Amino acid sequence: MMDIAKIRADFPILSQQIYGKELAYLDNAATTQKPQCVIDAISHYYAFDNANVHRGVHALSERATAEYEGARKIIAGFFNARSEREVIFTRGTTEAINLIASSWGGANIRSGDEVLITHMEHHSNIVPWQMLCEHVGATLKVAPINDAGELIMHEFEALLSERTKLVGVVHMSNALGTINPIEAIIEKSHAVGAKVLIDGAQAAAHLAVDVQALDCDFYVTSAHKMYGPTGIGVLIGKEDILESMPPYQGGGDMIRMVTFEKTEYNDLPYKFEAGTPHISGANGFGKAIEYIQNIGFEAISTREKELLAYATSKAEAFDGLRQIGTAREKACVLSFVLDSVHPHDLGTIVDRDGIAIRAGHHCAMPVMQFFKVPATARASFSIYNTEAEVDALFVALKKAQDIFA
Amino acid sequence: MFDLRDLYMQVIVDHNKAPRNFGVLKEYNHDADGYNPLCGDKLHVYVHVNDDEIIEDISFEGEGCAISVASASLMTETLKGKPIADFPDSFERFQHMVTSDINEEPDEEKLGKLAVLAGVREFPSRIKCAVLCWHTLKSAVEDSHEIAKTE
Repeated sequence: MMDIAKIRADFPILSQQIYGKELAYLDNAATTQKPQCVIDAISHYYAFDNANVHRGVHALSERATAEYEGARKIIAGFFNARSEREVIFTRGTTEAINLIASSWGGANIRSGDEVLITHMEHHSNIVPWQMLCEHVGATLKVAPINDAGELIMHEFEALLSERTKLVGVVHMSNALGTINPIEAIIEKSHAVGAKVLIDGAQAAAHLAVDVQALDCDFYVTSAHKMYGPTGIGVLIGKEDILESMPPYQGGGDMIRMVTFEKTEYNDLPYKFEAGTPHISGANGFGKAIEYIQNIGFEAISTREKELLAYATSKAEAFDGLRQIGTAREKACVLSFVLDSVHPHDLGTIVDRDGIAIRAGHHCAMPVMQFFKVPATARASFSIYNTEAEVDALFVALKKAQDIFA
Repeated sequence: MFDLRDLYMQVIVDHNKAPRNFGVLKEYNHDADGYNPLCGDKLHVYVHVNDDEIIEDISFEGEGCAISVASASLMTETLKGKPIADFPDSFERFQHMVTSDINEEPDEEKLGKLAVLAGVREFPSRIKCAVLCWHTLKSAVEDSHEIAKTE
């Protein structure tokens, strides 16, 4: 049993009032809040250890390097990467996908080839592939979803062929909450010789990920959706694939030897980390992961399921509410529209009760197009949310309905 | 404290529920699209300016939040029958009202019913909803062929 009060006390931002009401932060799919240990790790770095990494012989640089590489080690362990050479820091999920599209895609995807994604991807797993396909003359294929917001597996399989060079699939949809059957997706994609990228931006704080057991070629995620800072994320790739890929950006740290005639690139993972990295961000990311490990996925999953079930039963009983995304396998996300109130008006109205939800297209416009709605309201939950906050949301929804009655 | 009812005044709720001048005009000589990609609000404005340079008819269609729909409805109601030459002043007056300091009283005499939208000043993220129709109409009367945006 998780001690919610104790967990809430770890997050200083939660104990505040908004317009005189207790803050109910239900926008965790956009970004999660940060525990004090993460905030402390970042400020400690700047207060005591700030120096550039991998270059100084002085004490501060050695400390900064040790912390930065220590974070990489924590992340490697968390995702069960084969080694730290497989763990590349990026600015986030979006940059990680762009890195793969540009470097791996640029070298391996040719005219006539296909990239297969799903209808529930968010923009960062659509646009880089569109750009690549346009550039090299490849085709972007999209596997359809059903009315519950689940991938239609047999249609996905029908789209796989020897032309498929890469399959990019979201692990958990931020707009719908759907958890995709990535084990089966990876296996079937490998059977036709395609590489597989799993977009774990939404999933990594909620589901245990073992990249070796999954056998995925690339797994990407962002720290800020797992209680870490913004501006840092990770690409975990198979070493032999990363080894074969050309660098993404050129600059300091990614080189071994530079002359004006030729540059020799550094080893993994540094080959893909040009320039001074987000050192404090990496430290914070490492701390955030330790925070998750201390609670444990078993407790997290039990609690989050319980809360989603509570919110879902309230939603089902609420007149005039239509849920968007009712997959059997889903987590943490309650996306919906109300008959009489536009999601943006809803967002404004519940905000005045201190309740933070997202109203909009959730950076997944094709998902909105599928469900024929311009936008949805989305409440998304995390380990620190409570039944009382869910109750407050539904009281505020009623208030919104009354305004427009 | 600022009340939600100051934003969602009854006039706004009514215009959202039953927007005036909604639909396509049979005859029009200016039109334009407006789109706020972040919120997904979409508008199309149609205007018929007659030989006497009067806005003889004006309408809109599209979908959006209550603020954007009510604002478009109120705008068409206010401008119908007015000289097109007055539009730039009306545009500026409205723009000023929704971006001015919260303590500045809206000039109800000049703004008429549009003054009910002064409440959006208290909700910065919603100002763009209120002004989308105005920018769309500006695009239409200037025949700019560019999709108006206020984000």
